[in-house]
Amino acid sequence: MNPRRKKRLGLVLALIVGISTAVGLMLYALNQNMDLFYTPTELVYGKPDGSKPHVGQRLRIGGMVVEGSVSRDSKSLLVKFDLADVGPKVTIEYNGILPDLFREGQGIVAQGVLKDATTIEAFEVLAKHDEEYMPPEVAEAMEKVHEPLEYTQEQKQGSSQ
Amino acid sequence: MIAEIGHFALIISLGFAVLLSVLPLYGASQNNPTLMNFARPLSWGMFLLLGLSFCILLWAFYTNDFTLTYVATNSNSLLPWYYRLTAVWGAHEGSLLLWVLIQAAWTVAVATFSRGMPQESVARVLAVMGMITVGFLLFIIMTSNPFLRTLPFFPIDGRDLNPLLQDPGLIIHPPMLYMGYVGFSVAFSFAIASLMTGRLDTAWARWSRPWTTAAWLFLTLGISLGSWWAYYELGWGGWWFWDPVENASFMPWLAGTALMHSLAVTEKRGTFKAWTVLLAISAFSLSLLGTFLVRSGILVSVHAFASDPARGMFILGFLVFVIGGSLLLFALKSASVRVRGNFELFSRENALLANNILLVAALVVVLVGTLLPLVHKQLGLGSVSIGAPFFNMLFTWLMVPFAFLLGIGPLIRWKRDNLSSLMKPMLISGVASLALAGVAVILLAEWFTGLAFLGWVMALWIVFMHGFELYQRATHRHSFAVGVKKLQRSHWAMMLAHVGLAVTVIGIAMVQNYSIERDVRLAPGEHFQIQGYDFYFKGLRDKDGPNYDGYVADFEITLDGNYVNTLHAEKRFYSTAKSMMTEAAIDRGVTRDLYIALGERLDDGDAWAVRIYYKPFVRWIWLGSLFMAFGALVAISDKRYRFRKNKSDSTAAKEA
Repeated sequence: MNPRRKKRLGLVLALIVGISTAVGLMLYALNQNMDLFYTPTELVYGKPDGSKPHVGQRLRIGGMVVEGSVSRDSKSLLVKFDLADVGPKVTIEYNGILPDLFREGQGIVAQGVLKDATTIEAFEVLAKHDEEYMPPEVAEAMEKVHEPLEYTQEQKQGSSQ
Repeated sequence: MIAEIGHFALIISLGFAVLLSVLPLYGASQNNPTLMNFARPLSWGMFLLLGLSFCILLWAFYTNDFTLTYVATNSNSLLPWYYRLTAVWGAHEGSLLLWVLIQAAWTVAVATFSRGMPQESVARVLAVMGMITVGFLLFIIMTSNPFLRTLPFFPIDGRDLNPLLQDPGLIIHPPMLYMGYVGFSVAFSFAIASLMTGRLDTAWARWSRPWTTAAWLFLTLGISLGSWWAYYELGWGGWWFWDPVENASFMPWLAGTALMHSLAVTEKRGTFKAWTVLLAISAFSLSLLGTFLVRSGILVSVHAFASDPARGMFILGFLVFVIGGSLLLFALKSASVRVRGNFELFSRENALLANNILLVAALVVVLVGTLLPLVHKQLGLGSVSIGAPFFNMLFTWLMVPFAFLLGIGPLIRWKRDNLSSLMKPMLISGVASLALAGVAVILLAEWFTGLAFLGWVMALWIVFMHGFELYQRATHRHSFAVGVKKLQRSHWAMMLAHVGLAVTVIGIAMVQNYSIERDVRLAPGEHFQIQGYDFYFKGLRDKDGPNYDGYVADFEITLDGNYVNTLHAEKRFYSTAKSMMTEAAIDRGVTRDLYIALGERLDDGDAWAVRIYYKPFVRWIWLGSLFMAFGALVAISDKRYRFRKNKSDSTAAKEA
C-alpha cells in the first residue's frame, strides 16, 4: 500500500472504531435508563402482549390517586397511597415531599422500582402545575379501555369561568 | 376597537413580509437595483407594524381588557401591573407574537448594519428572513391569534397568570431565549442567500460571524436564566432536568457553538464551507424543532403550553418546508463549493474539526434522548422515558476529550504543527492540574469522589493551558506587560468564553457530587443539622399578597454557634388559579448555597415537610455562563467586524 492509502485506511479505521464505541456507549446508557410506562391495570394483568415487569425493575406508572388512600407515617415523611385507573389499584410508597399539586383524585405519574407485585417504591412523584392537566400517558391509557376517565365538573370548577 | 387595530396591523405586516420575501429576491435575480432597494423599507414597515401590534396587546393586558380571550385566560385584575405586562408572553399566542416581533427586529438590525455589504447580498438575506417571518405570521393569524374576542359574554375577571410565571426571572428569560433562537435565523439566512448564488466566500463567513455570536450570546443568557429560575422557583433545587423543553433549547446552543468555531475556520482559512452551511441550517432548524416540540404538546414536559394538534401540524409542515427546502438547496449547490483543505493531521483546522465532531455527538445524544420516547411510542412499543443518568453519563464521557482538546486547541497553529512543541506545556499543565485538583477536592469537600476530581482536572487543565497560551502570545514580540495590551479583543473573547466553560465545569462537578439534599419533618422549635450548619425552625406566620394567601416559615441558621442568616421560606396559595406555590429561601454564597423549601403541612397540623439542601458551588454554573456571554460580547465588539461606513456593527445586538 502506498503511504497515502495507508493514511486513509488509518483514518477510516479510526472513524469506524470511534463511531462504534460511541454507538455502543449510547446503547448501553439507553438500556440502563429507559423506563417503560405502565398503568395500574397493566401492572397487575400485564400489557396487551402479556408482558409484566419483574420485581426490582425500574418503571413509570400513572393513574389517579384513590380517594382516602393517602396515609402518612407519623415519624418520618414516608407516605403511602393507592393508584388506580379503571381496574385494580396498586400501592405507591414514597419517602419525600409530594408536589404542590398532589391531592386525592388527581392524576399523577410516579417513577420508581417495583417492590412486589403491586407495590412500587417511588423516587419521584410528578403532578402538573395545571388544574385540568391529566398526564397524556394516563389519559391515553384510559381511553384504550373505552372508559375515558375525566375530572368531574366539581374538580374543574374555578379554573374555568 | 383597539384590539382590532392590532389584528389589522398583524395582517398588514404579513403583506409586507410577503413582499419582502419576493421583491428583493426577484430584483437580485434580475439585477434590478430598484426592486432590491425595497428590502430595507419593507423590513422597517414589517417591524413597525408588528411593534404596533405588540404594543396594543401590551395595552390590552395593562388595561385588563378581558374581552380578549387571551387576556382573560392569562391575566387577572389583581395581578401587579408589571406581571400583567409580562403575562403577554406567558402563554402560547403572545409568546409567538413576541417571537415574530424579535424576528422582525433582527431583520431590521441586518438591514441597518449591513451597509458595507453588496446590495445584492443584503437583498437576498432580507428576503430569506422575510420568508421565515411569513411562516410565523401565517401561524399566528391562522392558528393562534391573540386578538380573538370573548364577546358578547366576556368574563368579569381573568383566570390569572400561571403562578410559576409570576417571577422576575420570567420577565427576561423568554425574550432572551427567543432572541437567541431567532438570532440563528440570521446565520441561516446568510447561508441560504449565499447558497442561492453559489458564492460561499470568506466575506460571507465574516458577515455571518458577529450575528452568529450575538445569537449565541442571547441563547447562552436565556438558557442560564432559565436554569437559574428553575433552581429557585420550582422548589426542587435542581438546575437542569434534561426536560424535553430544556433539551430543545440546548440543541441549538450546541449547534450554534459548533457553528461559531466552524465559521472561524471558514473565515480564516477558507475551508469547511459546506460543513459550516450545514451547521447554520441545523442551528436554526433545531430552534424550529424546539418550538414544534414545545407547542405541539407531543412530549411530556414541565413546560405546560396548551397543546393543539392543528398548531402542531402547522409547525411540522413549516419545519419540513424549511429543513427540506434548505437541505435540497444544499444538496443542489454544495457540490460546487467543496474545497480541498490544505492542512495536515495535526493542525488547528483538525482540532476545530474535532471540536465540531464532539459538539455534534453531544447534539445527537440530546436529540436521541429527547426524540426516542416519541419514536418508541409511535412504533407501538409502549411509552418510555429516558432518565437523566443517560445524559449525565454520556456528557461526562464526551466532556473528557472535549476539555482535553479545548486546552491544546488554541496553542496549535493553522495548517501544520508539531506535537513535540506542545509537549512541555502539556506535561506541566497536566501535572499541575492533577495535583491542584487533588488539593481542591481534599480542601473543599468532605470526601473524595472520582468524578469531582475529574471535573477539577478538566477545568484546571483548560485554565492552565489558556494561561500558557496567553503568555506565549503576549511575549511573542514584546515583553509580557506590553504584549498583553496588544492582544486583540477576539483573543480576549476566546479566553473569557473558554475559562467560563471551566468555571461552569467546576460548578457542575461540585454540585453533582457533593450536594446534600434532605427532606425532613420539622415542627417549629426543632433543629436540623447539615454540613455543620444548624437550621432552627423559629416559627410560622401569615403573609398574604395581592392575589394569594401565604405562610412564611422563619429559619435561623448558625454555623458552629455563629449566626449565619435567617431565611424565610414561603408557601402560597393562588386563589384564582387555584394552585399552590413554593417560594424557596436561599442563602447564597460563593462556595455554597443553603436552600430551604417548604413542603406540605403534615397531618398533625404543627409539623411541616421541609426540604433542606446544601448546594456547593452551584453559583459557578451560572457565573461560567456569564463569562461565556461576556466573551461573546467582547468578540462582537472586535474592530474587524466594523464596516467602513458604519462603526457600530457591534451595537446591532443591543438594539435588536
